[in-house]
Amino acid sequence: MTEKSITIREALSSALREEMQRDERVFIMGEEVGVWGGTYAVTRGFLDEFGARRVRDTPISEMVIAGSAVGAAMAGLRPIAEIMTINFAFVAMDAIINHMAKVHYMFNGQFTCPVVIRTTTGGGKQLGATHSHAPEVIFAHFPGLYVAVPGTAYDAKGMLKAAIRDDNPVLFVEHSTMLQRRSAVPVDDADFVLPVGKSDIKRPGKDVTIVTYQKGLEWSGQAADLLAQEGIEAEIIDLRWLRPLDLEPVFESVRKTNRVVVVEESLPHFNVGAEVAAQVMDQAFDYLDAPVKRVSAMDVPLPYASNIEMMALPDAQKVVKAVKEVL
Amino acid sequence: MAAPGKETLLEWYRTMVLIRRFEERCAELYQQGKIGGFLHLYIGQEATGVGIVSALRKNDHVITAYRDHGIALAVGMDPKHVMAEMLGKRTGTSGGKGGSMHLADRSRNFWGGYGIVGGHLPLAAGIALKARYLEQDEVVVCMMGDGATNIGYFHESLNLSAIWDLPVVWLVENNGYGMGTAVDRASGQPEIVKRAIGYGIKEGPRIDGMDTLAVHDAVSEAIAHASKHGPILMESLTYRFEGHSMGDPERYRTKDEVARYTEGDPIGRLRGYIIDQYKGAAKNLEAIEQEVVKTIAEAVEFAEDSPVPTYDDLVSHVYA
Ligand SMILES: Cc1ncc(C[n+]2csc(CCOP(=O)(O)OP(=O)(O)O)c2C)c(N)n1
Ligand SMILES: [Mg+2]
Repeated sequence: MTEKSITIREALSSALREEMQRDERVFIMGEEVGVWGGTYAVTRGFLDEFGARRVRDTPISEMVIAGSAVGAAMAGLRPIAEIMTINFAFVAMDAIINHMAKVHYMFNGQFTCPVVIRTTTGGGKQLGATHSHAPEVIFAHFPGLYVAVPGTAYDAKGMLKAAIRDDNPVLFVEHSTMLQRRSAVPVDDADFVLPVGKSDIKRPGKDVTIVTYQKGLEWSGQAADLLAQEGIEAEIIDLRWLRPLDLEPVFESVRKTNRVVVVEESLPHFNVGAEVAAQVMDQAFDYLDAPVKRVSAMDVPLPYASNIEMMALPDAQKVVKAVKEVL
Repeated sequence: MAAPGKETLLEWYRTMVLIRRFEERCAELYQQGKIGGFLHLYIGQEATGVGIVSALRKNDHVITAYRDHGIALAVGMDPKHVMAEMLGKRTGTSGGKGGSMHLADRSRNFWGGYGIVGGHLPLAAGIALKARYLEQDEVVVCMMGDGATNIGYFHESLNLSAIWDLPVVWLVENNGYGMGTAVDRASGQPEIVKRAIGYGIKEGPRIDGMDTLAVHDAVSEAIAHASKHGPILMESLTYRFEGHSMGDPERYRTKDEVARYTEGDPIGRLRGYIIDQYKGAAKNLEAIEQEVVKTIAEAVEFAEDSPVPTYDDLVSHVYA
């Protein structure tokens, strides 16, 4: 198997291309996916390569992007519906939550709904309160829908291919500030597919367990480097999927480290950390030497001005501080 | 409609040049990294904004999308404080928390710029409902892009305005594209005003949005209609000379197409009209141009010298 260092953007493009080549029923629709080449240039060249039948520009109509993807999927196609940013998925919430996540269950399995909604998340770009959400956790509230949150090129590729091949609907969330991040990815294996709902230990350590995903990987990685200088070894577990949520490696890690810090970009109220803390208490309470700590964005809408936006977001220092509190 | 006098025309001209120079400066400040986030320039569309605002009566209202600098300046917001908002400063019109897309001035009945496409349309309906509810003669001019007419908000808002007889001028700034999608690729009925029929509201005109006088007249009439008879849908046919926002690769249109439109620059047109009408007006125009340069320089200086927001600002106004 040959591996090559590629960006997350390239990983996403190649996953889409390979799956479209493999299965004629797979097609893309969304705002600016065709002529523009994708707002984040992920589908650049796709219109020429696959034609307007399979690369479909839509009007600015999130409700019908998501809703028609559900119908098309029920009828046997395998749509990849792009919602430009997750902020605009709020407009499509009903189609996603009430139909995408439920048609399989509600009709007792008569229909499947193999939709992938690709979208971008994240703040930190001075886009202001309505355009800076990292609300993927909201979507993970609902059974029937999977939520993918890859944080490396390797994961982005293998997870997107898995999402496309899976018969369940997947909200596939990409971080808008991480598309240039590189890692080694298998390039000559059209069947490089990662399992759905498996978390991954990104850095082994014995002193504290940091549970995180996506942008949190960066903050936690930087924090782990700083902590290492003081002889503290942090284990970083990348959730990769918020649903199915795989916390087995976390429980296992806690038995060794006895300490957990959850790092995420979401808001603090009812967030990923809250769920992880509850489950860790449930499954590994006796192993905890300190309360589970959460690092998240502050409980405010994100402002435009850069200095206060950055104040509101997590960073490596905040992670270091939280780790020291549990040690 | 009575033709506007010289003073009025000069005032319109001043506002349009102010908007143009303001945004040119913003583009530079963006390149220098002093403005962040999204920056959607109004350059090319100034006649529409100025024509609309000049047509508002004392208690009328205006609301728009994120391409809002032109409206902010046209309603008379202080360029210093608007520039400070662009730079994310504490002295900005939203305290640095809103940025380019979210300018507003409650005291001038400018209800803000909104970043979610179509999201402000139901707000416009609600503001108009206030006027109906309290039996006040106030009209809301709700501006939106052509692209915004294809989101569900449009349908629901226009229908509600029809059945509740709300005094709204639904004004589509049709600049040919929503990002890179041409109107006829996004709309089954690219003559957007025709949709009025389906809602049972007045089908208004499609006006030349590069002609300030034409916009002013048509919007004045539309406001009169809305005040007496309820909602109306109209279009201002315009063009944005710059990309959708900064950094737009503009693969969806040709340089030739852009050049064709820039020839009809609305500022040049108004300038030509004024010079035609009033001998010796060139002097006035030049004086205005110089004055605007000074205004912008002062605005930038004020903004640059202003303090950034603080932690207290970050956590204030989450709740009332
Ligand atoms: C609900 C929603 N979907 C997508 C976007 C991304 N977006 C921002 S502006 C825009 C194009 C809007 O075009 P139009 O309404 O014609 O306004 P213009 O930019 O031409 O002024 C899009 C798709 C958004 N802001 N909100
Ligand atoms: Mg437009």
